Amino acid sequence: MAFLTLQHVRKQFGANAAVEDFNLDVEAGEFVSFLGPSGCGKTTTLRMIAGFEKPSSGRISLNGRDITNARPNERDVGMVFQQYALFPNMTVGQNVGFGLKLKKTPRPEIKSRVTELLELIHMPDKGDNYPHELSGGQQQRVALARALAISPQVLLLDEPLSALDAKIRDELRNEIRRIQRQLSITTIYVTHDQEEAMALSDRVVVMSRGAMEQVGPPFQIYNYPETQFVASFVGKLNQLPGKVIDPAAGTVQCGDVAIRTTTPIEEPAGAPVNVMVRPEELDLGAGEENQVSGVVESVNFLGAIVRVRLDRAHSNGSGESITADLFNERLLELPSVGDTVTVSFPAHACWVLTAR
Amino acid sequence: MTVTAAPTAIETPAAVVTPAKAGTGSKVMAWLILLAGIAYFLTPLIATGERAFRAIGGTFSFEAFRRVVSDPEFLRTFGESAINAVLTIFVSLLVIVPTAYWVTLRVPKLRSVIEFITLLPFVIPAVVLVFGLIRMYSRPPLAILSTYGSTRVMLICAYAALSFPYMYRSVDNGLRAINVRTLTEAAQSLGAKWPTIIRRVIFPNLRVALLSGALLTFAIVIGELTIALYMGQHTFGPYMSNLVRNFVAEPAALTVLSFAMTWAAMGIISFLARRQPSSKPKKAV
Repeated sequence: MAFLTLQHVRKQFGANAAVEDFNLDVEAGEFVSFLGPSGCGKTTTLRMIAGFEKPSSGRISLNGRDITNARPNERDVGMVFQQYALFPNMTVGQNVGFGLKLKKTPRPEIKSRVTELLELIHMPDKGDNYPHELSGGQQQRVALARALAISPQVLLLDEPLSALDAKIRDELRNEIRRIQRQLSITTIYVTHDQEEAMALSDRVVVMSRGAMEQVGPPFQIYNYPETQFVASFVGKLNQLPGKVIDPAAGTVQCGDVAIRTTTPIEEPAGAPVNVMVRPEELDLGAGEENQVSGVVESVNFLGAIVRVRLDRAHSNGSGESITADLFNERLLELPSVGDTVTVSFPAHACWVLTAR
Repeated sequence: MTVTAAPTAIETPAAVVTPAKAGTGSKVMAWLILLAGIAYFLTPLIATGERAFRAIGGTFSFEAFRRVVSDPEFLRTFGESAINAVLTIFVSLLVIVPTAYWVTLRVPKLRSVIEFITLLPFVIPAVVLVFGLIRMYSRPPLAILSTYGSTRVMLICAYAALSFPYMYRSVDNGLRAINVRTLTEAAQSLGAKWPTIIRRVIFPNLRVALLSGALLTFAIVIGELTIALYMGQHTFGPYMSNLVRNFVAEPAALTVLSFAMTWAAMGIISFLARRQPSSKPKKAV
């Protein structure tokens, strides 16, 4: 049996269903991220695990114990909030030791645990500081230490890096992963940042409109999206509308070109579909099996990659554009805006989804 | 850019005002307004002080203050009002803090309703309030205004109602300044129960707000006249009123004393507000 289980969990706010039929098994020590846009129900689900919201129906169990209706202070979960939520009237040390004090832990034990955790977050000398004397990143580290101090069975993080600037976010992201691995603590992480979810998680749960769209390891989510939403939400994606020519041969007519894919097509011949291909799968030139031409609309140099955007309107009248991400190298010959170029991609790089 | 004094066909040098001169002019005007304001507030105070400090033969002395402080009635009535004020603060805190906390946390939609209710003492004159209380509680089935002690309890309840606009606003502002919901949830996730959350997390972070509400309540109660008079209570308000009718220098000395107490209270609030830890993080890492 899984360590944390959510079975048919549903949450209704008035007439609106915030979460619908949510089912998830999380193993002990696993790092799972809930990823989705604002209002998709990811935070509501996390809050139901924490006990701050009661499910309208369904069951949540932790380590074999039904916690569906348990109070937040009886669940043995640690939570880190987006706004840090450190107690302003307490020092860093008092904040970290707060939960242990409530558990009536002996004072010397609290002291050694606080010291240990402050070392874990690389802030051993900040125990006597007040939260307002710390930066945002430091405050969030303390919030993490405070949540870990009570040795919770599950650590819940609700967009903990959203309020921080990019550099600190990156540093703290690595810190969170390091600490999670070091302690092997089961972790649920809520974010709308796909890069964050991909970098941190063992598995990602992609959510949309209160429902789970897909659950899987980051590699699988990115490379084998099962729904149109996942395909378009996670990473950048080219979608070429077309009609199935031959399902068995894996061919689709997209405007004036026929595209072949090695991924099975389940739609019958003539069915409208979208051919999906990631921008980084495209190469300049006609080297691969599938080729698409267009007029260069823009060339953006982004450092490690160069993003070339083609307008296909001139070649097939469809008006759609296609984006190619080329890996930067010194000898790369960049096209100019207005040039007509061909990009190509192998048959295994694209797949087909039913057009909506 | 130049600013002309009046539109003329030909600008003469005298009609042109440079920006520096215009700036000087507005500065002078600002100073004049400030001085007028200071004079408006200080003149009555100085006049009162003059009356209080020159009570005997026009020479400077503390005689009026000595007479006031040595009057046993002064100490007795002031003591009684001070006890009333402390009890009022206690009742007011007991009603307002849980209400404001609950409204902020659970039913924010009710905030405007609660605000309206707490503002009622501003709308209902004290004399109406006291007659309402006397009519309600001096006849069966709620005839509880029969003794001095029971009337005093009612007086404290009436004072608590009078303090609601000040106390609620102070507490509400304090609650808005901290992230009550998240702090509560953080404490809950660490294992805290409601009494612990209120005692260890909410109350300490509302320290300045509570003190501010308490001091305002103290200031209202200590000099309150109408309700105390109609309820037959021998408190500081009626004592001062009596003093004004019969003496000249002593009321002035009392006024100076009450001003000193008010400013001392303001000073305490300001001092503690500066010491209150802010929840805003520093910018640097």
